[in-house]
Amino acid sequence: MIFNKRLVLAHFWLAFIAFGAAILLGEWQMFIRSPLHGWLRNADLYYRSVTAHGTVMGYVFPTLVAMGFGYAVSELSLGRSLIGPRWAWAGFILIVIGSVVASVPIAMGLDSVLYTFYPPMIGHASYYLGVVLVVVGSWIWVALMGVNMYAWKKANPGKPVPLPMFATVAGAFLWGWTAVGAAAELLFQILPVALGFSSTINAGLARVLFSWTLHAIVYFWLMPAYIAFYTIVPRAIGGRLYSDTMGRVAFVLFLVFSMPIGIHHLFADPQVGSGFKFLHSVFTAMVSVPTLLTVFTICASVEIASRLRGGKGAFGWVKALPWGNPQMLALALSFVMLGFGGAGGLINMSYQLNSTIHNTQWVTAHFHLIFAGAIVIMYFAIAYDLWPQLTGRAMTDLRLIRTQLWLWFIGMIVLTFPWHYAGLLGVPRRMAYYDYSGPNGHTEAITVIMSVVGGAILVISAALFITVLVRNHRGRTADVAPYTFSRAIHEPKSVHWALNGLGLWVGLMIALTVTNYAFPIWQLIKLHEAQVPAVYVGGDR
Amino acid sequence: MTHLRKPWWRDRIVGGSLATLAMLLLLSGVVGFVWLPSAQNDARFKGILDAICGAAGIPRGWLADAVPPLPTPRHVSTVVLTPDTLSHDAPGSIGRGGTLALKCTMCHGLRGVSTSETPSLAGQQSASIYKQLRDYQTGARSSAVMEPLVKDLSDQDLKDLAMFYGSLPREPARDLGNAPDIVAFGSPTRNIAACGSCHGGMTSKLGAPWLDAQPRAYLRTQLLAFSHGTRRNDTSAQMRNVAANMTPQEIEQAVEYYGSGR
Repeated sequence: MIFNKRLVLAHFWLAFIAFGAAILLGEWQMFIRSPLHGWLRNADLYYRSVTAHGTVMGYVFPTLVAMGFGYAVSELSLGRSLIGPRWAWAGFILIVIGSVVASVPIAMGLDSVLYTFYPPMIGHASYYLGVVLVVVGSWIWVALMGVNMYAWKKANPGKPVPLPMFATVAGAFLWGWTAVGAAAELLFQILPVALGFSSTINAGLARVLFSWTLHAIVYFWLMPAYIAFYTIVPRAIGGRLYSDTMGRVAFVLFLVFSMPIGIHHLFADPQVGSGFKFLHSVFTAMVSVPTLLTVFTICASVEIASRLRGGKGAFGWVKALPWGNPQMLALALSFVMLGFGGAGGLINMSYQLNSTIHNTQWVTAHFHLIFAGAIVIMYFAIAYDLWPQLTGRAMTDLRLIRTQLWLWFIGMIVLTFPWHYAGLLGVPRRMAYYDYSGPNGHTEAITVIMSVVGGAILVISAALFITVLVRNHRGRTADVAPYTFSRAIHEPKSVHWALNGLGLWVGLMIALTVTNYAFPIWQLIKLHEAQVPAVYVGGDR
Repeated sequence: MTHLRKPWWRDRIVGGSLATLAMLLLLSGVVGFVWLPSAQNDARFKGILDAICGAAGIPRGWLADAVPPLPTPRHVSTVVLTPDTLSHDAPGSIGRGGTLALKCTMCHGLRGVSTSETPSLAGQQSASIYKQLRDYQTGARSSAVMEPLVKDLSDQDLKDLAMFYGSLPREPARDLGNAPDIVAFGSPTRNIAACGSCHGGMTSKLGAPWLDAQPRAYLRTQLLAFSHGTRRNDTSAQMRNVAANMTPQEIEQAVEYYGSGR
């Protein structure tokens, strides 16, 4: 059972409220940039909105979901109350304070720097301090996850750590290390300028440090979704997990390969050598290994469920799957989006093909399809699965849930497919307005209008999601069955030590960070010509 | 159950993982740092060490022994504006600037608010004033009136003047709600940025002066001078490019908007 229900609920609700607000900003941005609206007279409003949307959706929302889910997984899978709940609350409060401290100056127009910071642009220090507080709050969670797993291991020598906890701690350690890049950028480069101690900044170094965080953060967002694939879905649809070991291997591979790949975001940056760009490109390709292992294992797991229900034949079993089950539906829709998003990602990570889509709307479409699509739909599934445990009330709105999931999927496809195409046509990203009177303008205009419609569908879906959760709080209390995670076909009796702890893989993660990042960072630190004057935003206007 | 553990480096899984990763690193390193750069037909990158250094991103000069650029027959602006340009001003700078400014009052007004067709300087960005004064001094910007007036002033005098005028109150920039399109949007397809994105209203940029409430005749003359290329002290030619792409109507609209406070 979940012992600290209020703690978990606080994280989830703050995450979903922030998500509900930020999705409205997203749709507004899509609308005012489309031909349906005249050009925005004060472009800064758009950049404020993008900064807020990105900060909430990229930093606050997924971090809170991962934290809340992590606390729940720790208690449910280890069967004991969380060690350090006061610390957990302290982390939560830091995130609340950080979110307020960051969002107020954004709304005032003092920090329209976008959530990727874009040095040498420098805004008011308050925004950066807010982001730092959010990161520090999440580091408390990282430490707590490690402490809880190792305390359990000490109390249960030789027993395998349950897969959900093992994966959660892998995700936590990944985040702990990957956040170091952006934290170093903020603390040593941006904040000194924002606070007035310096007026120049090494923009190239800042970008390299941000890339340290920027790609691995995606796998941190992804972890809860993958944990749900392995440990929730097979149980929820009445099947078995095909392989516990495969799950462990996939999670440790994510730990190892998420880090040494971020420079594929900098293919167009002249300050990084082509050799390192190629190296990062190769390692990015390696991330497909744990992804494909997961797709294989999960497909095998649902096939087991289907055959147990009487599914027959080479493909006939697909029909016998419990399609009415929200977890099954969410998984299938997530996989479709992951497939398309992954295919697009292969273009992004390829050193040569990247140049055709670099900094176009394609990129925005790609990460919306992967993150807002494949990953967030699993966040919904996680909430639906955990909510009865948290409220003690049965989840009865299955029809509404299915509608919500379908709308999210349809909305995301309608949003992102034309959006990718707009990028192929060369429409740049992050523009407050766009001139559709060019030679290709009508095609671009149609694709953007389609995306506006897709965004509207997503807003409806998000509203339905909040409705389902609120209705559950008001529903009848019920005897909720004890929570279980998926059981593997061959349940692990003992696990090789390397797959029962994370020491080796954390070591490899750090070692590969050193091989792939140390030289570019060292070289740029030494390159004093790389210091450029800060460009202050949000001053007098 | 406790199983006897071999030392970690002799374990099969650990050894296998390390060996695979090392192979991957080595292979992609050879391809990325040796093979691909060597395949580039660049006369300056020959040999393995050169290839590796180039691929690692060590900066090197391509034009080191090329012919240096020819000196231009015209005076070009030598001012490099950074956020620090005027931040280390000497104490009393504003007061000294006020005294020096007595020479300027005839045209620019007693407190920097001009009543003639010369620009108002009250509250103008100090960095902008300083740059223009220096450019008059070096001949990068020409004016029969201004050049003799600034000829004998020291660099500190120019800074003091800039600090003095920057310290006076300025006309606040207006909201862009009623601004003509050229001011609020520019023209993306013709490479014209919105005036308001540098000169106030939306945001401001270092070296771009406030334009609100400047005399119409002055604004028009300067825009035309930029568009004809007769004024050329905008270091990166940004104003020459913008003004040359503006239509006469757009120039009038911008002049009317910024000059309407007069």
